[in-house]
Amino acid sequence: MNRGYAGRGAVDPERRRLVVAHLRAAVPGLAVLDAEEAVAPFECDGLSVERQRPLAVVLPGTAAEVSAVLRACHALQVPVVARGAGTGLSGGALPHREAVLLSLARLDQILALDPVACTARVQSGVRNLAISEAAAPHGLFYAPDPSSQIACTIGGNVAENAGGVQCLRYGLTVHNVLGIAGYTVEGEAFAFGGAAPDAPGLDLLALAVGSEGTLLIVTEVLVRLLPRPAARCCLLASFATVEAAGVAVADLIAAGFVPSGLEMMDQAATRMVEPFVQAGYDLEAAAILLCEADGTATEVAERVAAMQQRLQASGATRIAASRDEAERLRFWAGRKNAFPAAGRVSPDYYCMDGTIPRRHLGAVLTAIAAMEQRYGLRCPNVFHAGDGNLHPLILFDANDADQLARAEAFGAEILRTCIAFGGTVTGEHGVGVEKIDQLCAQFDDPTRVAFLRLRAAFDPAGLLNPGKAIPTLRRCAEHGREHVHGGQARFADLPRW
Amino acid sequence: MDALVATWSAQIRSAGAAGRALWISAGGTKAFYGGAVVGERLDPRGYHGVVEYEPSELVVTVRAGTRLADLEALLAAHGQMLAFEPPHFGDAATVGGMVAAGLAGPRRLAQSVGTGAVRDSVLGVRLIDGRGEVLAFGGRVVKNVAGYDVSRVLAGSLGTLGLLLEISLKVVPRPVCEATLVYRCSQATALTCMQDWMRQPLPVSATAYAEGLLQVRLSGGEAAVAEALQVLPGDRLPVTAAVDHWMAVRELAFARTTAAALWRLGLPASVPPLALPGTELVEWNGQRRWLVTDAPARVIRARVRALGGHATRFRGGDPTVAPFPASSPVVAQLEARVRAAFDPQQILNPGRWHADATD
Ligand SMILES: Cc1cc2nc3c(=O)[nH]c(=O)nc-3n(C[C@H](O)[C@H](O)[C@H](O)COP(=O)(O)OP(=O)(O)OC[C@H]3O[C@@H](n4cnc5c(N)ncnc54)[C@H](O)[C@@H]3O)c2cc1C
Repeated sequence: MNRGYAGRGAVDPERRRLVVAHLRAAVPGLAVLDAEEAVAPFECDGLSVERQRPLAVVLPGTAAEVSAVLRACHALQVPVVARGAGTGLSGGALPHREAVLLSLARLDQILALDPVACTARVQSGVRNLAISEAAAPHGLFYAPDPSSQIACTIGGNVAENAGGVQCLRYGLTVHNVLGIAGYTVEGEAFAFGGAAPDAPGLDLLALAVGSEGTLLIVTEVLVRLLPRPAARCCLLASFATVEAAGVAVADLIAAGFVPSGLEMMDQAATRMVEPFVQAGYDLEAAAILLCEADGTATEVAERVAAMQQRLQASGATRIAASRDEAERLRFWAGRKNAFPAAGRVSPDYYCMDGTIPRRHLGAVLTAIAAMEQRYGLRCPNVFHAGDGNLHPLILFDANDADQLARAEAFGAEILRTCIAFGGTVTGEHGVGVEKIDQLCAQFDDPTRVAFLRLRAAFDPAGLLNPGKAIPTLRRCAEHGREHVHGGQARFADLPRW
Repeated sequence: MDALVATWSAQIRSAGAAGRALWISAGGTKAFYGGAVVGERLDPRGYHGVVEYEPSELVVTVRAGTRLADLEALLAAHGQMLAFEPPHFGDAATVGGMVAAGLAGPRRLAQSVGTGAVRDSVLGVRLIDGRGEVLAFGGRVVKNVAGYDVSRVLAGSLGTLGLLLEISLKVVPRPVCEATLVYRCSQATALTCMQDWMRQPLPVSATAYAEGLLQVRLSGGEAAVAEALQVLPGDRLPVTAAVDHWMAVRELAFARTTAAALWRLGLPASVPPLALPGTELVEWNGQRRWLVTDAPARVIRARVRALGGHATRFRGGDPTVAPFPASSPVVAQLEARVRAAFDPQQILNPGRWHADATD
């Protein structure tokens, strides 16, 4: 987690008074919260160990109000932190003591749904699941399905390039968003992409996706909808070791299968969720895979049989296929409720998000198991195996300073391991404040300078989400020193790519 | 290889210091696309070869000067392919040129797995920017949100952000089974059919319409393709004829010999026939239309823009007509600032990005 975030500290009441007065005058009718008890619910996102009160919270109800807020803040050179539903897991929406927190949750209208063109134009505060619900009567759905989809907003998904179980087959947010519109830091309207594919010019849409509220504020998103598959079937395959399950994943992909979900849970994870969800998992297996096929009924039958055979050949000790929709949903309920279950068995959990080449799954999971011993903390694993995107859940008690410190060190070691195996420190949850130091290790100086130049190209004064997503050079210089002091610069000789 | 990178880096640095333009050109197969560049030639073809290919990862990392045909042959040998079926426009086409041009082929809008635009497959790049710095963005894994996603922006950037050195691409398994149907109908009927199929869970991997014939390609498992053959209209093409047909669509064979302008039109779904004069090839469920025509650029651009689309003078025609449509002022300014972040002296392919000022 990030000790160096400059946004931490007490809010200056005089600054608050001045900025709020200015905002109220500049944007008549704007909902502004400035009382301590009113801003308190906004003091953290899904990374709840990090908390900070904002200067003030604004809740615009229209895109025009968003523009007016940005203009007013820009005139005062007051920074702005965007927030969707606040489910982010890297502290991207963590407030800053000198910044206005711009909540986009009230921009929650589905503006148009075109069942002929298979698109939906929605405001950025619309919840992910609400899009699929609106599309369902037309036999369509929005594919990226983060486990937080009941709550998280499409604007937050765009800002993080969110993924989900179905992304292995249907792509990430970046592959399913056709266009965005919103405002620059100066409050100027922009629109990138659109319903007509592959417009010439720089693909600024691709750059904006995953930019964590540091380049632009998004108020509208045009998404692609896909026809809902007629049939789905989920396989539960048991394995005697996590290595064997890891190999089975690589085998399936190598054999040319692209399941509409390929997730792994280790024994610690199945035993953690089963009491809450009764999913019917094999609790004796060292690891299970959830592997889904979708399509027409015959197609699904064909694929399920072939995948079953492949899993068997890879050493599955038991395989169960969902017999009906209720059972399929039950199989998935365990996976989808893993994070809440972690919250029930442990006072706190720290969810990591590294991605590695799939062929190293077994080696990395074994390394994590060794770390559990070393740090004296439990760490169930439940993750997007088909994408090689790990989610180790480090269980700890934040009230115990020693446990917190061990959890942080444990997490940092997992991320260094991911880099060492040719992977990345974040697959879908973003950098936020949480992984900013790890970026120093993943990218070299010239590349980080290029990131900073890009940021300045959109936001010369650095007013959008300061201190997040991209580390400053000074931060990395300091972090580098810390690393060497701690004797942790173990992978210094490996290529950082 | 490292010596080559050092040489190019020095060349770019000295060009920057002297304010001298550089023209990045490899096989030259897409030299027609975009504005003309006058400058010292920089040929990336010396930097070629596969850096890493692990078929079970569905990821390949190659040097930018690698011939596209060589990469495709390697993938085919492992039962894999590029997801976006890029056009070559000649044997000399390189992987770097393919990414810089950012052109996708018939499979672009397929419902089938993992297909999409060129940028959708780009996972990481290494490049030399306009300051002569070697930069590495993204990586070799399919999910990665560390740092800005610059790699994807290189697709279609026409060499204006940097000299591409290495590219990591996501690849996909070749479909087990493919079949192509041909059906004679009007363009209006063809467009309705294409849009209808798009809404259904069918394994359609390409659609095309030209000269009164609608072609649809199905790709997927045996069962899925067999089922779709039952419900879709038309006669099945023999396998080799089908392969030749989609190759011709991909390489725009219909417009190879014309002297008139070839326009590339991008349109929203569900736009009816345009009724512009000329010869047309419709692809991507009607969302991409190629038009060979003598009609004035003004007329084409106005009509397409009114429909929410964009029109590019792709090849041939009046060289004084800007190839690209104008971006809105706010977007144009952001694009210029992003280019400046990589190439402050504007020495990389100046003039290649030539957008209509009056559009
Ligand atoms: C239980 C649980 C399960 C999860 N599962 C997944 C998962 O499977 N896959 C996955 O990818 N993530 C998952 N997440 C993480 C999180 O839900 C996603 O990152 C989500 O995209 C965040 O959306 P949000 O609306 O909550 O955004 P917030 O958390 O409010 O904000 C996230 C970032 O986006 C910026 N932002 C938000 N809205 C805008 C806007 N309109 N314009 C510009 N910037 C904006 C913020 O500044 C911040 O940097 C999970 C989280 C939880 C708590």
